[in-house]
Amino acid sequence: MTLEVVDKSLETFVLNLGPQHPATHGVLRVKLTMDGEYIVHAEPVLGYIHRMHEKMGENRTWAQYMPNTARMDYLAALSYNHGYAAAVERAMGIEVPERAEYIRCITVELNRIASHLLWFGAFVLDLGGFTPLLYAFDDREQILDLLEAITGARLTFCYFRFGGLYNDIDDDFITGTRAFIKRLRSRMPMYHDLVTNNIILIKRLKEIGPISQEMARRYGATGPVLRGSGVNFDVRKHEPYSVYPEFDFDIPVYSEGDSMARYMVRMDEIEQSMRIVEQGLDKLPEGPIMAEKVPKILKPPKGDYYCAVEAARGSFGIRLVSDGTNTPYRLKLRSPTFSNLSLFSEACHGMIMADALALMGTLDLVIPEIDR
Amino acid sequence: MLTTELIRLLAFLVGIIAFAAGNAAYLVYAERKGAAFFQRRTGPKEVGPQGLLQPLADGIKLMTKQLLVPEGVDPILFKIAPIMLMVPAVMSFVAIPFSEQLTARHIDLGLLMIFAFASVNVLGLLIGGWGSANKYAIIASARVVSQNVAYEIPMLLTAITLVMATNTMNLNEIVAQQGGGFWNWNLIRLTWAASPLTPVAFLIFFTCMLCETNRAPFDMAEAESELVAGTFTEYPGMGFGVFFMGEYANIVIGASLVTVLFLGGWQSPLPFLPNSVVWFLMKMYAIIFTVIWIRWTYPRIQFYKLLNLSWKILIPISLFNLILTAGWLKVF
Repeated sequence: MTLEVVDKSLETFVLNLGPQHPATHGVLRVKLTMDGEYIVHAEPVLGYIHRMHEKMGENRTWAQYMPNTARMDYLAALSYNHGYAAAVERAMGIEVPERAEYIRCITVELNRIASHLLWFGAFVLDLGGFTPLLYAFDDREQILDLLEAITGARLTFCYFRFGGLYNDIDDDFITGTRAFIKRLRSRMPMYHDLVTNNIILIKRLKEIGPISQEMARRYGATGPVLRGSGVNFDVRKHEPYSVYPEFDFDIPVYSEGDSMARYMVRMDEIEQSMRIVEQGLDKLPEGPIMAEKVPKILKPPKGDYYCAVEAARGSFGIRLVSDGTNTPYRLKLRSPTFSNLSLFSEACHGMIMADALALMGTLDLVIPEIDR
Repeated sequence: MLTTELIRLLAFLVGIIAFAAGNAAYLVYAERKGAAFFQRRTGPKEVGPQGLLQPLADGIKLMTKQLLVPEGVDPILFKIAPIMLMVPAVMSFVAIPFSEQLTARHIDLGLLMIFAFASVNVLGLLIGGWGSANKYAIIASARVVSQNVAYEIPMLLTAITLVMATNTMNLNEIVAQQGGGFWNWNLIRLTWAASPLTPVAFLIFFTCMLCETNRAPFDMAEAESELVAGTFTEYPGMGFGVFFMGEYANIVIGASLVTVLFLGGWQSPLPFLPNSVVWFLMKMYAIIFTVIWIRWTYPRIQFYKLLNLSWKILIPISLFNLILTAGWLKVF
C-alpha cells in the first residue's frame, strides 16, 4: 500500500467548504486544500444551480427574457432589468422619456441600498455577529415595501419595459422614500458605532485579505472589490448611461485593498446612493413614462450590441447579437461576481480559514449570478 | 449522625442535578429571549405562556430523536464525550457556596477542585471532535484545546493572586471575608490586604471565563459560520443535547465562580440587608445576562488573535498583578 501525499513536505487535507455551508450563502462549493488551519489551495467549484440563462435567451422573444434578468442577482434585480432594457433600447434605437429614466435611477439606487444593507448584515454574520443582520433587515424591509408598492414584487422585479416603465411612481412612494432616507441617515451612525468601530471587527478586517490593484485588474474585478483596491472605476461615472450624469455623487475609493477597504466602500456607497435618490426625487420631471411608438414585436436590426451598467456588485455587461428576428441570436452576460470570485483562489492563498471566509464575505457573492 | 449526613448529601445531589439541568434548559430559553430582546423581535412565545414551556418541547424533541452513530466514528469516544463534558460541570457544583448553609461540601481546597474539574471538560470536547471523524469537528477540537490551555494560565494566575490576598482556598471563607457591604467585595476592595489591580484581575478573570466556557466572542468550539457546528457537527439528538446542557452548566459554574471570588457571593451589598441565597442568584444571573449580552453584540475574534490576546496581554498582566500583590502583601 502506498500513501499518496500531494507534497512530501506538507501533510495536507482537503476540506469541502459547501455546497451546504453557512458561510457560502448558497450552493457554492470551495475545495480547500488545508495545512492545518492554513489554506494551501482553494478551488471554487461552480455549476450547482446553473440554469442556462444565456441559452434561454436564444429561444424566447426579447420581451420574454426580461423576467430572467431578475433571477440572476436576486438581491439587486433592478440593475439587471436596467442593463437588459438599456441594451435592447440601444439596439432598437428607442428614446426613453426623461421621467422614466429618473425613476429607473431612483429605484435602482434604492435596490442598491437594499443589497448593500443585506450584504452588511450577512457579512457581520459571517464574522460571528448575529445582531446587525436583523437591524439591517429591518431597514431593508422598508425599501422592499416601497418597491413592492410600485413594482408589484419584492425581490425578483420585472419593472422596466423597453422604452420606459411598467408603472409610474406616486406621492406615497415619494414621501415614503424621503422618510426612509431620513430614517436610514439616522441609523447609519448606529451601524458605525456598533460594527465599524468595533475593535474586534477592525482586527478581523484591517490588513487582512489584501487584493492588489494589479490583481484586481488581472481578474477583471469590478465594483466595490475594484474600488477597494484603489481603482476609481464606476460605470455610472466613466461610461455614463441613463441620467446619471445629471446627479452629483462621489465614487468612494479606498486604496488599502484589504477587507476593511471593501467594507468601507460599500458603507460609503449607501450614503452616495441616498444622495442620488434624493436628487432624483428633487429633479423628477413631469411627463410620460413610456416611449411612444415602441413596436409590439421587437426585431432589432442585425448587429452586435453591448451595454454595461453598474450593478450593486460591479459592472454587469450584456452583449446582444441580433440576426433581425424576434429572438436574440446570442445573449452573453458578464456578471460581476463571477470575476470577483475568480480572484478568491489566489487571494486566499496561505490565509487562515477564518480570514479567508471574511475575504469571501467582502466579495459579496450571490451564487445564482455566478451560475447563470 | 452518619444517616443524617447521608440524607443531606443525597438531597444535595438531587438538588444539584436538578439545578444544573433546570438552568441548562431555562438558560437556553433565556438566551433565545435575550437574543430576541437585543434584536428587537419576540423570541419563543408559542409553547406555553410566553413560550415558557419551550425548553420542555425542545427536550422532548431531542430525546425522541434517533441516537444515530455515523459510520466511521469511534463509537466509544463518540458516546462518552458528551458525558465527559456534563459530569465535571455538575461535579463542580459540590464546592459552590450558594449560601452560608447551602453548600454541599465545605471543601478546604474548593477552588482547586473546581479548576481541576474545569480542565476535564476540555477533554470532553477534544474526544468528541476526535471521535466524530469529521474535519470540521477535528479543527474545532484542536482550537478548543489550544484556546483552553492558553486561557487557563491567566485564569489560574488571577486565582492565585486572590488566594494570596484572601489566604484560603475554601470558597465559603472567601465569601465570608467579603461581608459587610459592597465596598468589601474583592472587586473594589480598597484595603491594605489586596493590591490595587483587583478590578483588572476581575476583567481578566471574566474574559478567561468567557473563553473557558467557549462563549462568543471566543466560541471557537462552535464557530458556526466557519466550522458549521464545530465539535458538535456529527452529534444527533440527545448527544447534542447533553453537550449543550454541559455548556450551559459550565456557564453557570463560571458565573458562580466570578460571583464568589469577586462579587461577594451570598453577602448582601448593604450591611442592613440580610445575607441570603437570593443575592447569590441575583449576582450570578446578572453575570450570565452580561455573557448573553456580549454574545449577541460582538463578532467572533479571529483564532490566532485570540491566542495572542492571552499570551501577549493577559498572561503578562496577570503575572505582573501576581508579583505586585505578593510584594504588596509583604510590605503592608
